[in-house]
Amino acid sequence: MAKELIIEKWSNMVSVVEIGATKSEGGSRSGVIKVGGQGTLPCLFKEGAMPNKPVIASEVWDTAPSDWPDGPVSWAEKCLKENKADLVCLRLQGAHPDLGNKSPEEEAKLLKDFLKNIDLPMIIIGCGDDAKDNLILPACCQIARQEKCLIGSAVSDNYKTITAAALADGHSIIAESPIDINIAKQLNILISDMGLALNRIVINPTIGALGYGLEYAYSIMERARLAALAGDKTVASPFICFVGQEAWRVKEAKAGSLEQGIVWEAITATALIQAGADILVMRHAKAIEEVKKYIDKLWS
Amino acid sequence: MALSGLDIYKLLPKTNCKECGFATCLAFAMQLAKKAVTIDKCPYLSKEAKKILEESSLPAIRLVAIGSQENKLEVGNETVLFRHEEKFHHPCGLGFIIDDSLDNTEIKNRLTQISKLEFERVGQKLNPNLIAIRQKGIAKRFLEVINLVLKNSVLNLVLISDDVSGLQQALEICKDKKPLIYHTGAENFTQVSQIARDAQCPLVVYSASLDKLSDLTAKLNKEGVTDLILDTGKKSISEKVWDLTQIRRAALKKSDRTLGYPVLTIVENKDPYQEVIEAATYITKYAGIVLIEGTRDWQALALLTLRQNIYTDPQKPLQIEPKVYPVGQTTDKSPLLVTTNFSLSYYTVLGEVEASKIPSYILSVDTEGMSVLTAWAAEKFTPEKISDSLSKSGAKDMVSHKRIIIPGYVAVISGDLEDRSGWQVIVGPKEAAGIPSFLKNL
Repeated sequence: MAKELIIEKWSNMVSVVEIGATKSEGGSRSGVIKVGGQGTLPCLFKEGAMPNKPVIASEVWDTAPSDWPDGPVSWAEKCLKENKADLVCLRLQGAHPDLGNKSPEEEAKLLKDFLKNIDLPMIIIGCGDDAKDNLILPACCQIARQEKCLIGSAVSDNYKTITAAALADGHSIIAESPIDINIAKQLNILISDMGLALNRIVINPTIGALGYGLEYAYSIMERARLAALAGDKTVASPFICFVGQEAWRVKEAKAGSLEQGIVWEAITATALIQAGADILVMRHAKAIEEVKKYIDKLWS
Repeated sequence: MALSGLDIYKLLPKTNCKECGFATCLAFAMQLAKKAVTIDKCPYLSKEAKKILEESSLPAIRLVAIGSQENKLEVGNETVLFRHEEKFHHPCGLGFIIDDSLDNTEIKNRLTQISKLEFERVGQKLNPNLIAIRQKGIAKRFLEVINLVLKNSVLNLVLISDDVSGLQQALEICKDKKPLIYHTGAENFTQVSQIARDAQCPLVVYSASLDKLSDLTAKLNKEGVTDLILDTGKKSISEKVWDLTQIRRAALKKSDRTLGYPVLTIVENKDPYQEVIEAATYITKYAGIVLIEGTRDWQALALLTLRQNIYTDPQKPLQIEPKVYPVGQTTDKSPLLVTTNFSLSYYTVLGEVEASKIPSYILSVDTEGMSVLTAWAAEKFTPEKISDSLSKSGAKDMVSHKRIIIPGYVAVISGDLEDRSGWQVIVGPKEAAGIPSFLKNL
């Protein structure tokens, strides 16, 4: 007796966000990355559309390690040669008042160099200090005008300046909420009320590493994705997960063998892909390689 | 699937005879739906109604045990598709496949390695559950390896063999351990199922097709073979996720008892990273048992930690022991920070304190596992509670100063806490991410 397959009829899709603009679109990126567009839960290809694979962004900083003489751009080039990331995530950590306090002009100039030497689509992340981010991010938005970057992070009590800058210069935005689906929804509404279309917003649900609260993010992402598929357009955004940052600060990754660190980052990413992650910001070249292999297998 | 009170009422005699102890049949039905009483309290129930009611009280996914006594592994009896809807109940079993074609030294090495795979995380002991012995040649060798495993490991067993007489002889050695029997051959499957039934051992039902699986389990059930585990065989990862999802949905959403069994997945990948990644996928997506070959400690730790995460009750957050934790090379001058005993709060603070590279003490207050703001709102993180744990934890003997740093979100309690505890209160940052710069500027 042939069984009927149990197919859920979802009524909505995750919005498609584009990152990067090529020459023909007025930018200088080598390609355009599309994320989102799912019409079902992860991996259920027989149930709905899964048009875009999850992508991996390689995280680089605005400062180079102290033993690297040639500056952050050349360091980033070296990293990107070693890993096969789809895009690059530049974290402007050095602008933080406690970690270098670089000026908006310095960061804008650095970004200009990055854009000249690296042609992958870009994610640009502030230093985490609200007041400082409100100075550096608009400056960077302007320098990267027409490049269709993804800019972050906007948070509930600091989103206006960043949204206005992204809006003015044609970028998309990362809306960050503290493992809370209601705040994620509310922030998306606030940002879209300022005129930035929902298909220019990516949600950062804030994740924890394997063993360090991973399950909270996992379930928040599942809940948000279920709500999105059931029709709630205000949470139907792709997810960005800062996997490398979380995985490499835990004891198991830092104090264990190198393999353990790599697997910690890779498994954090794996679980989040199964919860619906679209962009994984990662650090270790081997972890990136393994997770990319996995994604290609899933989508082959 | 559970029937509602009204569904049950329709099956009752509706005579309101009160012999069950309730005033009306409807009242009795409502209690039945809540599982507060049992159906045998009604003496006039028809046979047919009794059968329906008994079936409806069975779990949608059968609970299957492998092994005997307290060491046994129980999988199944899951009730939801998503952990936030309730929780995942029975952590999936993790096991290692050992082929009997390996030489004894290699097998012993692996068993030694496996015996070391025990970890402790957030107060829980984590360890793998199974060793699956796979027959590759003659029965004699299979039995030798089983004996070797019995001698060197306490884990529960899976016997993988397509040789009926091999299985029969194996069970003579180890049927007390109630191993899981796995035989993929269709030809002698009926015979194997009877062997499993007679030895009261659980059995894997294997087919690439869900239709065939369902037919097979229905047939086996009629023959009294009921402790079953499903396997859909070698497929791509996304096809496996599809099968696992379909089986879980069929059992829970369609009350399809022929697929209401735990599912076993075998990961065969020589690349140790890809092996773990694939196994991790099945742990998140409904597998009841995951078998791998790699026995490296980092493989096991990652998978066991993931299993712990996924099977944590979302309503009952993991807690840590409330006490003072020294971080780094602390002295009596080191700062003292206070947070809750919700493990996520504590580990977030811990991570930031470690990142700051400033040795500090963290006092975790018993808030019954609530996070800072929730605990404050529920009056579990009050000046009384905090000063109480300051004195009970022995914090004053560890530091020579009397200064305590509290989370920025509960700045409002600082005055009260100073009065009550006699400690000087310093208001820290709202988010843990602010801790490193806060400590540096202290």
